[in-house]
Amino acid sequence: MSAQHVTSVAPAGWVGQSVRRREDAPLLTGRGRFIDDLEPVAGLRHAAILRSPHPHARIRSIDASAAEKLPGVIGVVTGAQIAQVAGIIPSVVRSKMRFQVCATTKARYCGEPVAVVVATDRYVAEDALELIEVDYEPLPGVAHLEDALGPDAPLLFEEAGTNVAQKRDFTYGDPDAAFAGAHKTFKLDYRFPRSMATPVETYGVIAQFEPHPDRYTVWANFQGPFVLQPLMAGALGVPGNRLRIITPPNSGGSFGIKQAIYAYMVLMAAVSRLVGVPVKWAEDRLEHLMASSSATDRTGEVEAAFSKEGELLGLRYKNVVNLGAYIRAPEPASVYRMHSTSSGAYRVKHLAVENTLVVTNRMPAGLNRGYGGPQFYFALERIMEIAARGLGIDAAEIRRRNVVRKDEFPYDSPAGSLLDSGDYEKCLDEMLRLADYPKLLARREEARKNGKLFGIGIALGVEPSGSNMAYVGLAQTAEQRGKAEPKSGANASVTISIDPSGGVTVQLDSTPNGQGHATVAAQIVAQALGVSPEEVDVLTEADTRTIAWSIASGNYSNRFASAVTSAILGCAQKLALKLRQMAAEEFKVDPGAIELAEGAARVRGDPQRAVGVGRLASRAHWNPAGMPAGVSAGMIETFVLDAPTLTSPGDDDRIASAMTYGFVADLAAVEVDRATGRIEIVKYVSVHDVGTMLIPLMVEGQIHGGFAHGLGAALFEELVHDRAGNFVSGTFAEYLCPTAPEMPHVDIGHVSTPTPVNATGAKGMGDGSSMLAPAALANAAADALGREDVELPLSLNRLWELANARPMTTSGTYGGVQKKAASDDLPGSLQGEGTTTLSAPPEEIFRRLLDPEVLATVIPGCSRMEKSGADAFEAEVSIGVAGIRGVYAAKIRIAEKSPPRSMRMDFRAQGKLGNGRGSAVVELAPEGAGTKLTYRYGADVGGTVAAVGGRMLGSVTGVLIAQFFKAFEAYGKAGASAPGLWTKVSGWLGKAKG
Amino acid sequence: MKPVAFEYCRPDTVAEAVTLLDEFGADASVLAGGMSLGAMLNMRLVRPAAVLDIKRIAGLDAISINGEIRTGALLRQAAALANVELMRAIPLLALSLPNVGHFQTRNRGTLGGSVAHADPSSEIPLTLATLGGSVELQSKRGTRRVLAREFFLDILTTQREPDELLTALLWPKAKAGAGYAFAEIAQRHGDFAIVACAAEAVLKGDGSLASLAFGLGGVERRPIVIDTAGFLGKRADAALAAEIAATAAASVEPMSDFKATAEYRRALVKTLGSRVLAEAFEKSGANK
Repeated sequence: MSAQHVTSVAPAGWVGQSVRRREDAPLLTGRGRFIDDLEPVAGLRHAAILRSPHPHARIRSIDASAAEKLPGVIGVVTGAQIAQVAGIIPSVVRSKMRFQVCATTKARYCGEPVAVVVATDRYVAEDALELIEVDYEPLPGVAHLEDALGPDAPLLFEEAGTNVAQKRDFTYGDPDAAFAGAHKTFKLDYRFPRSMATPVETYGVIAQFEPHPDRYTVWANFQGPFVLQPLMAGALGVPGNRLRIITPPNSGGSFGIKQAIYAYMVLMAAVSRLVGVPVKWAEDRLEHLMASSSATDRTGEVEAAFSKEGELLGLRYKNVVNLGAYIRAPEPASVYRMHSTSSGAYRVKHLAVENTLVVTNRMPAGLNRGYGGPQFYFALERIMEIAARGLGIDAAEIRRRNVVRKDEFPYDSPAGSLLDSGDYEKCLDEMLRLADYPKLLARREEARKNGKLFGIGIALGVEPSGSNMAYVGLAQTAEQRGKAEPKSGANASVTISIDPSGGVTVQLDSTPNGQGHATVAAQIVAQALGVSPEEVDVLTEADTRTIAWSIASGNYSNRFASAVTSAILGCAQKLALKLRQMAAEEFKVDPGAIELAEGAARVRGDPQRAVGVGRLASRAHWNPAGMPAGVSAGMIETFVLDAPTLTSPGDDDRIASAMTYGFVADLAAVEVDRATGRIEIVKYVSVHDVGTMLIPLMVEGQIHGGFAHGLGAALFEELVHDRAGNFVSGTFAEYLCPTAPEMPHVDIGHVSTPTPVNATGAKGMGDGSSMLAPAALANAAADALGREDVELPLSLNRLWELANARPMTTSGTYGGVQKKAASDDLPGSLQGEGTTTLSAPPEEIFRRLLDPEVLATVIPGCSRMEKSGADAFEAEVSIGVAGIRGVYAAKIRIAEKSPPRSMRMDFRAQGKLGNGRGSAVVELAPEGAGTKLTYRYGADVGGTVAAVGGRMLGSVTGVLIAQFFKAFEAYGKAGASAPGLWTKVSGWLGKAKG
Repeated sequence: MKPVAFEYCRPDTVAEAVTLLDEFGADASVLAGGMSLGAMLNMRLVRPAAVLDIKRIAGLDAISINGEIRTGALLRQAAALANVELMRAIPLLALSLPNVGHFQTRNRGTLGGSVAHADPSSEIPLTLATLGGSVELQSKRGTRRVLAREFFLDILTTQREPDELLTALLWPKAKAGAGYAFAEIAQRHGDFAIVACAAEAVLKGDGSLASLAFGLGGVERRPIVIDTAGFLGKRADAALAAEIAATAAASVEPMSDFKATAEYRRALVKTLGSRVLAEAFEKSGANK
């Protein structure tokens, strides 16, 4: 650790003041410069990505000839071409599940890139996408963990022979003995849904390839970690110094998600090379929700062993983690980020962890706020609450009995996290004080007496910051790790210069996405150099060609406060020392007698003997020969902070995976309305130990933001796929994020124990309540509802079910939502059944159902219907409601028939707007002179219509069926001649464009 | 998310607009506030040959309250809400409009656009149907009026013919002594209603029910108005409210989607409907 080189920050000065963020004025006046505002090279052309409409499909061939001919199109490249210039991106998990930035022979999730069009503008590019003919062979898909692990599960990678990417077991201490000797043990099967961070600004990439020698320049709102830079260069086949990455001055939020943009950076770099022009790609919201990066959904089992007194003796976790379609680096880091903290904030010594990593037909996972924390704490803090109830100990009290004590720091936890400092009991006290806990308990009592569903929930945990880059290595066995060079550390690089006129410039490697790094950096540097923050210019644009950076550079894992600020201080102190040495020579005193304050270097206690900082800087530039002996010329310093405590994992799989550990204690009180499922957050308290608060106002802002993400995951947000992997939450009308009216008041408290491991005493705190709020709110809801099987998100529908003792509709069983007809023989997310009475007898109805001429007449929007085999038909149908209409190529096959009683048909349709497949069973029974027709169907719908119209799919299906039978009956009445009803309709359907 | 190429037409008069509609028919999309159409265009769900921007047609946002109440198709939701006289004249609309989208979308969204779009969860179609209002449609063939209760056919589907322009909504006058109530359940404020209930009740002096309109949105594929004739003359109290809501709940065939099951919608009709009806009864009683 560099503490020996960096003296701790002075208690008084700029640091710790709530100054205004220097970032805000340009943003509030519309002068921020984001990636989409940049035109860094002449002749930029625009890219659009053709994405797989299928969750799982073999790509037989791609015909781009029509797209290439469209005026304005510069070029079209397919996955196979891209694979020639962009190779596989390796993961730490050794497996045959290889990740490429564009699908080649197989698409494995809805939205996976398949080809890219480059055109004069995005409009033309999107027109051209529709002209690309891809011959897909749709394969059965699998989106849910239970299905993916099933014996006959479709395999994403046949070459791997399984959907399990990896399984690892870890044991610390002797958990079996701990469980055997326990007074009571508690177990919970948990499920944590898939969500994502949804920044306002989506991904954006500009890529330029230049030959002789091959060189790529990529502008992107990438957030790091820059460990991905060598991976990108490797995939593109160039040495790192010929992949230049530049980030824009502003980035509209990330919360982790702009890590995974790196795959698109490689993609666009390859496209620029193949097409021969610089290209720009701005991701739209549908692309972002469908195919950027999500947190992992998990199922699992957590088990806790307790003594009679409520001492937590042992923990066992079985985590089953959904990585999505690929192990995209740095995954499976999300599983291992919290691993060495598996004991949470508790003194428990015995742990067992089993991680099963699974691939499914969903978008790949990656960094998203909390990065594994929300999932981990959901399991741990739910079981703590359950244990409290089971042991008859108050939920706050059981935690008090188990948290690491104040005098135990630094605390070496069983899986290796070195908890540096804290006062967890004090945080708990503060939480209970702010909550007015006794009063809250009384209120619960009172509410319950009145038949109300009132509950209180607590969740607490440590917050790691400044990641040890080596923790991902836990995904390998010690033996595997031993074969490679050891990895460690969490370095940070800062450069500060003072120009000849005295202007101070700071260059950071932290690629902020709106957090306010520049404001904090200016304060720290101003304090160290004795100047005012206004005089300090801070550059946050990263350029790998010009700035000091390393693999840990970037904006993630609460790295700025924990690591970067110390590097800033260390760097400033190097310059400060030089200034003091120069002044000391002038005033003939020891450098230690010089202080830097009010823009000058002056003799302590004798402020008349002073020389301006600017003057000293000028001297260094103009008269390097006049520097004091032993002092180097130049007014520029670079400082690289390392963290010697962050070493490689040992053979025992223990690792100190973060520099410092903050602490968060959250309490929620909720009331659930039994009649509607409406949940009201009556009270929310959040107490944080962030060590030194560098800028208190920004700390509060981060706490509110972290809570908002946690609230979203708890109540609203879920990326929903049907069981086959079709994506149905592709707009912000389906993927619901909390907005200002949904935010309850949060009572925030602080307990500050500065960390001794860095120079500023600050602990990172960007994840904060995003990790704890899901658990706290779930605990409160479970307490209110009196049942432990609560699942997130706690939507209205789900809470209503839970409050009324109904079976819970879960995301895991989405597809069975319309439960009444969900049957095994007719699977699909859309289920329906119905009966209609027709005037013709069954024999006639049966005949008509198999007569292409009749079908062509009665199927709404059918423009062509041909018999393609004994019991098979092919048709072209315009399907939709109102103006939302597309032309689909449909194939119908009669799978079974027993005339005139029943038939089963399988159907499949594909069009530009979407695709569908399913089966229907039709049964006919005589009723008077006519027929009673009963039908059941099950279908899955995919593509754009499903992604953006999920809310309406069921209804639209209903409309189409109603139209069909109406026309069918009308046909019967009108005889073989085309019924009048449809002449008009088909007339304008014919005009409607598909 | 870029629309297909289309012809942009900006008629200045209704006559021009209906001439264009006659020419393009179903190939034209009429643009008013654009709060639904804009997104559908960008996602290429709709691919019109022409977009008819009617925003500049003078007077199409007019409000007239004297005589029959008429709101021009282009009247913005925010402008309607801000018009105190109009809100007094149509108390149910005053209750339902704040639930339409968000502050920002109401600044652009229009009353007519919402009715023409016919989303099954929309509050304005529900309000118009509940009150027994009508829709005015103009085409080169002439002008006709359609009762809102008949106008909405199915999800996003209405009786408007492709050559017709929705030009105005016609609202019945508030009934003397009526009580109005509106409530909806949505996941977040401004979201599509899972269930919306609207009621207009008139009680007699003796507390019995003289007239009742009870509408439901978000439940079936179009706004529906429950037949409550059998309850007239009964004592309008909380018990009757619960009974009517329970009857309605038993009669509806709710939609189901991945956010809300048919069972949940049915339960909401019962509980929310009961609350809304009781409130309307109470308000009418207080008006006596």
